[in-house]
Amino acid sequence: MKSDVIPDPAVRPGVRPGTAGGHDEAPPARDGDGGAPHRRAARPGRSRRRWGRAGLVALLVVVSVPFVFPTWWMATSSLKPMSEILRSVPTLWPQDPSFAAYGEVFRLQPFAQQYWNSLYIAVLVTAGTILVSAMAGYAFARIRFPGANALFLLVLVGLLVPSEVTIVPLFRMVNSLGLIDTHWPLVVIPVFGAPSVLATFIMRQYFLGLPGELEEAGRMDGLGRWGIFWRIAFPLSRSALSAVAIFTFLKSWNLYLEPIVYLSSKDAFTLPQALTQYVDAYGGPMWNVQLAATTLTVLPVLAVFLVAQKQFVQGLAHTGLKG
Amino acid sequence: MPGSALRRRDAAVGYTMVAPAVLGAVAFVVAPLVAVVWYSLHEWNVLASTFTFTGGDNYARMLEDPGLRDSLVASLWFSVGLVVLNVTLALGLAVLLNQRLPGTTTFRTFFFSPVVVSLVAWTIVWSFLLQADGGINGFLSTVGIDGPNWLRGETTAMLSVIVVQVFKNVGLNMILFLAALQGVPEEIQEAARIDGAGAWRRFRSITLPLISPTLLLVSILTIVGSLEVFAQIAVLTGGGPGTSTTVLVYYLYQQAFRFNDFGYASAVSVLLFVIVLVLTLVQWQTRKRWVFHEV
Repeated sequence: MKSDVIPDPAVRPGVRPGTAGGHDEAPPARDGDGGAPHRRAARPGRSRRRWGRAGLVALLVVVSVPFVFPTWWMATSSLKPMSEILRSVPTLWPQDPSFAAYGEVFRLQPFAQQYWNSLYIAVLVTAGTILVSAMAGYAFARIRFPGANALFLLVLVGLLVPSEVTIVPLFRMVNSLGLIDTHWPLVVIPVFGAPSVLATFIMRQYFLGLPGELEEAGRMDGLGRWGIFWRIAFPLSRSALSAVAIFTFLKSWNLYLEPIVYLSSKDAFTLPQALTQYVDAYGGPMWNVQLAATTLTVLPVLAVFLVAQKQFVQGLAHTGLKG
Repeated sequence: MPGSALRRRDAAVGYTMVAPAVLGAVAFVVAPLVAVVWYSLHEWNVLASTFTFTGGDNYARMLEDPGLRDSLVASLWFSVGLVVLNVTLALGLAVLLNQRLPGTTTFRTFFFSPVVVSLVAWTIVWSFLLQADGGINGFLSTVGIDGPNWLRGETTAMLSVIVVQVFKNVGLNMILFLAALQGVPEEIQEAARIDGAGAWRRFRSITLPLISPTLLLVSILTIVGSLEVFAQIAVLTGGGPGTSTTVLVYYLYQQAFRFNDFGYASAVSVLLFVIVLVLTLVQWQTRKRWVFHEV
């Protein structure tokens, strides 16, 4: 159900990096194929078309503004003093760039600690999800055992349940275990609960498509089930695993409702939660400091995205389908 | 004999491998789901530490609760606004990117990049831009327009929340549409072109029908996703002004963690679950059709 749709959106756009420069010549060439009668009409048509295409590119540039400008505004504003931020005529580039706000970020909150919290939680959740979902996905796809279908359906229930629906009972569970203000719920629940179900589903889809001969060959070499899984299936599933890893990491990194429900002390906060805490004594936001912290949160992820864009698009197309 | 022994050992491995996922589903999905239904039948205030069975009282209260009605209205506006703007823009961007224009990859990167940015971070930056004395009004004033206080007017606040969310996630839907558009056979387009059909006509009569299953799918997914909006509301408007942007999930959060009314919050959770369930079942139904279309 889910991922039979996924490979296409994921792969096809990614395959097109050559499109940018190379293909703009193509459509006029195609017009020329039409033969003599067409060729006569081609010249004015072609120049009109070129203007039309220039117009479309201009349109793309304009439409890009709300996607790109916020990031620019965030980064440049973090270098401005409050006086410049509050000036009524906005400046696109800070007149006197200063990193003072970045110092404040670390002075006002244990920001390094919070950064570390987000990072290690996301890493643990990603590693745990990969393990749990790869094992379950493999077994559901390749091993025949009584009740497999019923158990798979049971796991799939997680796809139907938005995390907000179960937040009250989960809060109660965490509370009665005495784990409020610890990172346990932020690691354990995503790894074993509803958030990992999509990963299990994707891994199962992947392993369903694995050629049976590979396992047969492994068996010939004397590997047991675990051996086949660890030595053959798991390493082969790298593309599916990277998709799972990317959306799982980002989901954990960006989690907001759960941290504000489970965590109460600043040392335990994760980044999204910490970002909202930069306010002055009257509750007014300290914009430059807040934006400096936000910049520190956003830029590393954006940098990784630019490097591994294809994998990101591929991985996140899955979550798009989840909604 | 060895065959059946092997199969039995295989089954044992199978159970072991699915155990973490299955036990996790029971502990963190199914049990909480049962619990939330059970809680919804109770009057349960955490601060007052009351927990009494009251049957359907919470549900009766939901029918009378103007706050809940407001939140359903807000959710409806948000979902409708989001799905219309998001799907239109996503489709428009996908069509533009499908024209083989120069710089297509760069523009695709631009449109997709907010998807990887932390939601709270993205919202904070927009909050900064949308302040009464913020960037947007600053730029508007340089061209002589006196911008409104976006986040403090009921209509503009809702509009702001929607727009912020659209720019954040439209890249995902754009990718799905792009894939669908690239599945539209070139020959049909060509044939229509030779028959003298203009670009708009070809889009309406060929492209749109051929990608309509994706269109439907994306719309439903966007609606389901829109019901789970929380962080944007919390950071941008706090549900205000008044209750104009208090969507269902935010209302649920307030009932539980502001007013400590866990019983009532559980009933609201059940309502949210039913809505999402219905929409998801519709989505699965359409997806079956989608696959059928493809074959």
